[in-house]
Parts: sequence; C-alpha cells; structure tokens
Amino acid sequence: MTDVAIPVEHAPAEHHEAGHASSLGLSNTKLAFWLFLGSECLLFGALISTYLLSVGNFVGQVVAGNPRVVSTMPAEIMNEIAEKGTVNGFFDIPFTSASSFILLMSSLTMVLAHKAVTESNYRASKIWLSATALLGATFISGQVYEFTVFYREGLYYDGNLFGSAFYTLTGFHGAHVTIGILMLVALLIMAFKGKLQADRAETVEIIGLYWHFVDVVWVLIFTVVYLIP
Amino acid sequence: MAIIDKPLALPAGEPRRAARPLGVFTRPKEQSGISAWLTTVDHKKIGIMYGSAALFFLLIGGVAALAIRVQLATPNNTFLSGDAYNRMYTMHGTVMVFLVVMPIGAAFANFLMPLQVGARDVAFPRINAFSFWVFFFGGLMLNTSWFLGGGADGGWFNYAPNNGVAFSPSHGIDFWNAGLLIAGIGSLTGSINLITTVLNMRAPGMTLMKMPVFTWMTLVTQFLLLFAIPVITVAQLLLTFDRRFGANFFNVQQGADPLLWQHLFWVFGHPEVYLMILPAFGIVSEIIPTFARKPIFGYPFMVFSGIAIGFMGWGVWAHHMFVSGLGPLSVTAFSVATMFIAVPTGVKILNWMATLWGGKLILNTPMLFSIGLITQFTVGGLSGVSHAIAPSDTQQTDTYYIVAHFHYVLFGGAFFGFVGGVYHWFPKAFGYKLNDTFGKVQFWMMVVGFNLTFGPMHILGLQGMPRRMQTYDDAMGFNFWNLVATIGAFILGVGVMLLLANVAYSYSKWKSAGRPNPGPDPWDARTIEWSIPSPAPSHNFDTDPVVTSLDDFWHRKYQEDENGVVRRVHTGEEIAQPGNGEGVHLPAPSYWPIVLAFGIPIIGYGIIFNLWLCIPGALVVIGALFGWALEPADDLDAPGHDHGHDGPGHDGSGDHAEPELETV
Repeated sequence: MTDVAIPVEHAPAEHHEAGHASSLGLSNTKLAFWLFLGSECLLFGALISTYLLSVGNFVGQVVAGNPRVVSTMPAEIMNEIAEKGTVNGFFDIPFTSASSFILLMSSLTMVLAHKAVTESNYRASKIWLSATALLGATFISGQVYEFTVFYREGLYYDGNLFGSAFYTLTGFHGAHVTIGILMLVALLIMAFKGKLQADRAETVEIIGLYWHFVDVVWVLIFTVVYLIP
Repeated sequence: MAIIDKPLALPAGEPRRAARPLGVFTRPKEQSGISAWLTTVDHKKIGIMYGSAALFFLLIGGVAALAIRVQLATPNNTFLSGDAYNRMYTMHGTVMVFLVVMPIGAAFANFLMPLQVGARDVAFPRINAFSFWVFFFGGLMLNTSWFLGGGADGGWFNYAPNNGVAFSPSHGIDFWNAGLLIAGIGSLTGSINLITTVLNMRAPGMTLMKMPVFTWMTLVTQFLLLFAIPVITVAQLLLTFDRRFGANFFNVQQGADPLLWQHLFWVFGHPEVYLMILPAFGIVSEIIPTFARKPIFGYPFMVFSGIAIGFMGWGVWAHHMFVSGLGPLSVTAFSVATMFIAVPTGVKILNWMATLWGGKLILNTPMLFSIGLITQFTVGGLSGVSHAIAPSDTQQTDTYYIVAHFHYVLFGGAFFGFVGGVYHWFPKAFGYKLNDTFGKVQFWMMVVGFNLTFGPMHILGLQGMPRRMQTYDDAMGFNFWNLVATIGAFILGVGVMLLLANVAYSYSKWKSAGRPNPGPDPWDARTIEWSIPSPAPSHNFDTDPVVTSLDDFWHRKYQEDENGVVRRVHTGEEIAQPGNGEGVHLPAPSYWPIVLAFGIPIIGYGIIFNLWLCIPGALVVIGALFGWALEPADDLDAPGHDHGHDGPGHDGSGDHAEPELETV
C-alpha cells in the first residue's frame, strides 16, 4: 500500500477521458438516483390518489349515514364529519404546521451540510448533518405523537377507510424520512471518523436529493391531507 | 458455460492504488464453477442466468397451461376441480408474464445492451446481480405456494373484491403479493441500472441516434418499468395490508371502491404489456436487417415509434375496463387513444416489411422466427384494434377472443421474437451455433402448434365461451375447437421443448467436431457486439470501440467503391478485436447481492405466516447491506490488480462503492 507515482500514460484524468464513463456528463450514481426519485414520484402519486379516493368514499358513507360504516370513533367526531363533509376537523393543524416547518428547515441545514462538505469544513459539516438528522427526528417524533393521539381518539388502522388511508400514506412518508435519517447517521459516522472529505461531496449531495424529495412530498401530503377540505 | 475465461486482469506493471478499502471483508476469488456463478457481477453471466431462470419458470407455466388444456379438451371434464382450475390459470398467467416473458426481456437487455453500446459492464454490476437474485428468489417464493396451501386463485389481474380474504381465504394471493413485490424490487433496480448504462456509458461517438434499435427498445422498456413498477407495488402493498393487517382499501362494506384496484393494476398493466413486446421488437429489428442484407428501413421512425408506444402506453389503461361502468366520456377517450396506439405499431410492421422488400433474404431460423413475429403479432394487433372499439369490446370482454388476442401478441409475438433472438445471439453467448435444420423444424412445429391452439379461440370467443370457465356443457357447441386447441397446445409444448433439445444436440455435435470457434461474426452482422470474439470475453471490448455511424461494424466491413457499388473491404474476422484482456480492470465478484436477495423473501414469509420471522429476515438484509457497503472497493490482493484501460464498468463497484450504499 505504498504511494507510488502513477505512470503518466495512466493518469486518472486521461483514462477518465478515454473511459467515457459518462456520456451525459453526470455521474452514474447521480443519474441513477434521479431515476429512482422519478420512480418514487409514481409511488407517492398512487398512494395520494388512493388516499383521496378512500377518504372521499369514507366521508360519503358517513354523510349518507351508512350503518355498515361501524366506527370506533366517538359520535361527536362522526357527527362533525357528517355535518362538514370533510375529515379536516379531526386534525390538529397548528401542531402539524409546526412539525412541517421543522421538516422544511431541515432541507436548509442539508444544503448547508453539503456546502460544508464541499468546502472540506469538517466542523461545519458535522454540525449541519447533525442538525438535519435532529430536525428529521423531531418531525418523526411529532408523527409518532400524532399517531398516538389519533389512535386514542379511536382512529384505528383496521377501523375504517379513513384510518387505513391516513396511516398508510403518512406512514409511508414517515418511513422514507426514517431511512433518510439513517443515511444521515451513516454520513455522521463517516464524518466523525474523518472519512467525509470533499471527494465524497457527491454522496452528501445525493442523500440531499433524497432528503429534499421527501420534504417536497411532505408539502404535497400536508396540503392534500391536512389543508384542502 | 463457455463464457468463463482465463484470469483476465493481467499485469501491466502498475502500482496498486494507495487508498485503503473501507471495510474488512474480502471479495470472492472464484473464476469458475458454481460459486463463480453465484457471486458473479458480469452482465453476460447475469443475462444467461435470467434466461435460464425464465426457462425453468417456463416449464412450470407450461405444465399449468397443458393442465388447463387437458381440462378443457372434452365437455364436462373432471380432470381439475374448480378450485384447482382457478389456481392453474392464475399461476399460468402470473408465471408466464412476470417470471418468463419479463425476465427473458431482461436477459437480452443484460446480455446485449452493454455489448451494443460498447460498455465494459452495466453501470452498477453488483446491483445488477442483486436484481437477478431478488427476481429469482421472488419467483421461487411465489411458486412455493403450490406446496404451502395452493397457488393464487384470483386470475393474473386479481380483481378486488374477489382478492380479499372473504373470497380467497387461502394463502395463495398472499404469496402472489409477496412474490411479485419481491420480484418487482429486482425489476426496479434493474431498470435504473440499465437506463443509466444506456444513457451514460455509450462508446465514444455513439450518439443516441446511432444506437442499435434493440438498445433503443431496451431504453424505452426500462423507462416503462421504472414508472410502472411503483404503481403495482402500491396496489400489492394495499392488498397485503387489507389481507394481513385488516386495512379497508378494498373493503366494499366500508364504502371502498373496488375499481381502485382495476385502475392501479391497469395503470401498471398496460405499460407492462408494451414492456413485454418491445424487447422482442428490438430483437427482430436487429435480425431482419442482418438476414435481409439491408439496413433497417426508416431507422428514425423505428426509434420514434418505439418512444411513441412508450408514451401512449400510459394513456390507454382503461380499455381493459370498458364494461366496468366508467361512463361514456372515459370510454370514448380511451377507445380513441387505443386506436391511436395502433399507429406506431403499424409503422414498425411496415418498416420491417420494407426492410424485407427487395432484400437478399437468408431464411434461416432467426429470420423465420422474426417473420413469425411480424405475421402473428399483426393478427394479434388486428384483434386488439377490434377491442379498442368499445361496443365490440363489450361483446368480447371475458371471452376466449381476449385469450386469443393476448396470446397472439405475447406468444406469437414476443416469445417467437425471443426464440429467434436465442438462435441469433447463441454463438455470441456460448461459442457455438444452434443447428439450423433443427431450428427450422422447431419453428414450423411452433407455428403449427401455436395457431392450432390459439386460432380456434377466436371462434370460441365469438361463440361466447367465457374465459376462466372450468368446463362447458356438451350442448354448447364448444367441443370441436376446444379439442383442436388442446391438440395444438401439445404440439406447441413439444415445439418449445425442441429448443432445449437443439441446445443439447448442437452442443454434442460441436463437441465431437473438436469445438470449432464460430468466429466473431458468424452472420456477417451489423452492430458492434459482433466485433468481439465469440463467446464474448469477460471484458467485452479490448479497447473502447469508436463509433462513427449507425451499424458501425457493417460500415467498417463494407464501403462504396468509385462506381458507387457497395463492396466488402474487410471480413469481420479481420477487423474484429482479438479478445486480449491484458490490463483490463473488471469489477470484482461479490457475495452480498445474493445474500441481500435471500433475506427479502424471509421477510415475505414472515408477513404471510408469522411476523416474528421478519426479524431474522431483516437481520440478513441489514447484515448484507453492511457487508455490501463495507466490502473493499476491489480485491487489492488479487494478482495483477491494476487500473489499466479503465472501463466504465469500473464506476459501479470500483472505487465509488460507497455511493452505491444509498442506491440500494
């Protein structure tokens, strides 16, 4: 493992040129990750469509007073849904707005983390990566809290269509955030071992892409699920 | 088989890389034998394994098909019970679509596409191996349902609410969900890998419009997969949650809309049928110019019609649902869109015929199968247009007319194209040709058997025989054509098996003749995969090919003389690369793709039988991910490890191994 000068004719710059490793000028990994995110769009698209259809049908059944929609939820909540024709009254919008804000801020810290790694600023990259992971974890804690509250109020996963659709859609998003946090923790471990140097900036950038994507999806979910009646 | 070569990385007098590997694990070193196949990351071996696995599943699907035909041979037959019959046709359709036709497409894409774009390997060789193994284990898991309570029984499209626990209480549909979800992971990672390879790893000079048509069709196919797989994944996950965890997505009593399943399934399902046929279209677009001795007619039209099919394939899904009460506006819109999609398909058929027109046709086996595809696909395409007309479709839905239609496009079309492709590229994969006379016998047996089986189904369907019907009464008038179809099915079965017989026969002939090499270019072909030795060496190209035109290899062999007459200036042997892999760096094999893929079905069994089983499965998966990530970038201790002519294959599992962690 001794460092020996690389012969000129095999200098990395040259064989990268000859190796035509990238016809598009974009690294393979980054291109692949964009493709993966394109695929994820369809995943969340299908899940959001399912949510809209299921909740619409649920509200319709409640308004019509279908006795088969046996609900475990308290009567006053059901009456409110039937009166207003929407499930939005069920949500604690100020709370979720706050946790949404926290998640969106984590995109900012992610950008700062990437910048710090690019500039080989180890201290700043550790700080911003930790901040991103912590903000993400705060969002997930908020989601766990929200799920607990809803469950106590009688919104069960197997109780009705609303419960199934709500927990599935937000749960899928939460799982994505959790995987993102795990990747950030992996980066942090590398950072503390001193292995996260500027030559790995692209790895950080790609994890950043994932993180921003998950945030954008949350903006969509928050709007569709919580805000629009 | 013959692909395994001598050790490839020969010393080039270079120092080893100074960087330390990130982990403590080593790479496997086997060059031959079973463990070399289990740990390989070579796209050619993976392509061959896709093909072999597909043949294995073809036997299962074929036995199911013959069982169906035996049951239907005579009226009031009791060979299969109603329940067994349901499982038989469901598993036949599922296995044939997901585990035979799709992986054969993947086999050709894996084997050929990197050779056609002049790449060393695919972009992510380890992920490529993972894609294969996870498909294979998912397919095996689906088929273990035969022994664990019976196969799925809801039809291959498995409509809600019939797929709920109330109507299908056995575990068959749970296996259907889990097995296909797992195989779908392989399709998704495979599509990302192959698109990246096509877009990013083309040889110098190979612009998009100089790519072979097969490579183009691979690109379109993989884009279809990339966007279709997540939709079926959502549908199957929702159904799994319904069946295993009491969710209500398809629970009509709770007000759910079972049409959701149909929409999700067909939003996936229609692109799916195009991604099954487009690889075969690509294959015949390579075979026909080679043996008509002419360039393909209208190359840009060939490419853009393929792209058009890829786009329009997303706007026609509801033509599967004309009788579900969509409303006149939707039905009209989807009806018109479906008629439109016949246009790019027609363009392709016209271009193939125009390529044949005036050519010096060499009617060998690959060419016969290609012509078989054109003819039989056209029949299937015409019956398809008759489905596009909604009033006519209302009459035909759920009859044998539909069965006839999709077998004409998928078997008479896609599968014939695939068999032609096997005959065409067999010497490039294995180093010997398949016997041509034997192949012609096989072709005619398959043509006769195929048309005897599925031709009469048009008549039966128009007479009103419903599909998925276990039996029929003597007085219904279905007796004669059903018997014909059954006889045809057995002829067809023998015809398909002749492929294996031909492989064995040609191999023994070749062996007793002293293993003559067919040479790099046995067909006087057009594209650059024929400019390397047969069988293709592990490192593919000795040096990066430089491409100057479409059909680059042909243009290097033939040039116009001063009178404007095209003359051969070189033979393929003269200008082919010698296959000297000196100094070539290849991605090292890896244990982890197969380990990772093995862990996932354990989780699947856990979801079906006992959630505790998910824990060991997850441990295997997590351990494999760590092993994958911490695996040394390469085997630095291997003799002759160096960084000579660094090929693109290097990027995937070479010194950028860490970013792959996140891509998994």
